Amino acid sequence: MTNLTLPHLPRPLALAAKAMPLAPLSLLLTRLARQLMRRNPGLQRRLGENARCRFLLDLTDLPFLLLLEPGGATPRVSAISRLRPPAHDTRIAGLTSAFLGMLHGSLDGDALFFSRDLVIEGDTAAGLALRNAIDDAELDLAAELSVMLKPLDPLLACTLPSVERLSGLALHRMDRPAGAPL
Amino acid sequence: MELVCPAGTPAALRAAVEAGAQTVYCGFADETNARNFPGLNFDRDEMAAGVAFAHGRGAKVLVAINTFPHAGAEPLWHRAIADAETAGADAVILADIGLLAHAAEHHPGLRRHLSVQAAAANPDVINFYAEAFGVKRVVLPRVLTVDEIAAINREIDVETEVFVFGGLCVMAEGRCSLSSYATGQSPNMNGVCSPASHVAYAEESGGLTARLGGFTIHRTAKGQPAPYPTLCKGCFTSGDQTGHVFEDPVSLDATQLIPALARAGVTALKIEGRQRSRAYVAEVARSFRAAIEAQAAGRPMPKAALAKLSEGQAATTGAYAKTWR
Repeated sequence: MTNLTLPHLPRPLALAAKAMPLAPLSLLLTRLARQLMRRNPGLQRRLGENARCRFLLDLTDLPFLLLLEPGGATPRVSAISRLRPPAHDTRIAGLTSAFLGMLHGSLDGDALFFSRDLVIEGDTAAGLALRNAIDDAELDLAAELSVMLKPLDPLLACTLPSVERLSGLALHRMDRPAGAPL
Repeated sequence: MELVCPAGTPAALRAAVEAGAQTVYCGFADETNARNFPGLNFDRDEMAAGVAFAHGRGAKVLVAINTFPHAGAEPLWHRAIADAETAGADAVILADIGLLAHAAEHHPGLRRHLSVQAAAANPDVINFYAEAFGVKRVVLPRVLTVDEIAAINREIDVETEVFVFGGLCVMAEGRCSLSSYATGQSPNMNGVCSPASHVAYAEESGGLTARLGGFTIHRTAKGQPAPYPTLCKGCFTSGDQTGHVFEDPVSLDATQLIPALARAGVTALKIEGRQRSRAYVAEVARSFRAAIEAQAAGRPMPKAALAKLSEGQAATTGAYAKTWR
């Protein structure tokens, strides 16, 4: 019955993700989360008290779970095996493309919920606050990666379009005006 | 006709204006507006910046202060009106009679619109609001037919604004207590219908169960579209029948009725959804701006392609072209 056609992560990429060591991935994602929170103070403000919550992000086409703890001065993201799901307040589940679509403001969270492409369980208010905070922040993953991996910027600029083409995933905002500051 | 679009965040406001909204409505991040949801709405600086952004592109901003003040807490609502005027808002959208009187007396230069929350559904009450409080526009409740709207417009001198897309409230708005009964929080006084803090979803037996304040209000089978967790669109068993007792979980889409609404004398078309994302706002604003331009040019209304954004993934023309059962 769902009528949103969302791309699944291609199998070769999913297999590659399976081989990823989770500890270094957690460090990388934590660094990215801290940068996002630092560069977008509105995220913390809109989360309010919900920033203390533990968000289990279940990207259903990835072989691991992500635990987002945005609170305090040291936000953290942990990549965790599906065999050992951690304690959490809110679980949000959907395809990687659904999460990226919401991150980049190209997909509507309610529409994903209506079509059953997004599932939320646990503390609904915290999930809503996170979604609204991210939507207002007008984030761009490619731009954030470019800032985080500054010396590798030219390499990223070459690689990301190919990754997008091969994976079918949008890693950047489609509506960012050309030449807009990152 | 004027297109009035929702904005729950500054980013949604910018998206609405860039997509063709001539007017945007929004609210402060507290109980003074009827979309008081977590992570949503504007602080004072954001409101001023949003108004400046809109005005810089020829668009207007309306500030919804459309809940009913609690006894003893009126200063919160009075401050909201004063701060909306300071931010440069083009109008405030009010529902409470006392608040309308306060605004008329203390902010006479600030245009006043009557919120749908006032449930003003006949010429006598609309004329009363216009004469007593200088209301310039009334947002009509979503329970009127197009013919009834035309009849109202023949007997009033103020502008009318009607909902053409989004979630449907099928009750006498501002007076519904269903959500209050289930949660202890009022849509009309706390600004939250089905507050997220009282909503719980669970994947059970392959289906989705939605509970509000502990009451199970839907069980949606796997693969079926999920509705909002509102009691008025809940699925209940009554006697030997199970179904949607009050209203089906569908969304309003009155695109095809725009020419009829224009003939009925409607000034502004309103999109529901301050709780929705900037993706929703931009897509719906673009679609309705195209429809309004088509109507002005005498062209047929475009076929809407917005079902995927709709609750129930299905559209209705609501009360505009329907008789109640």
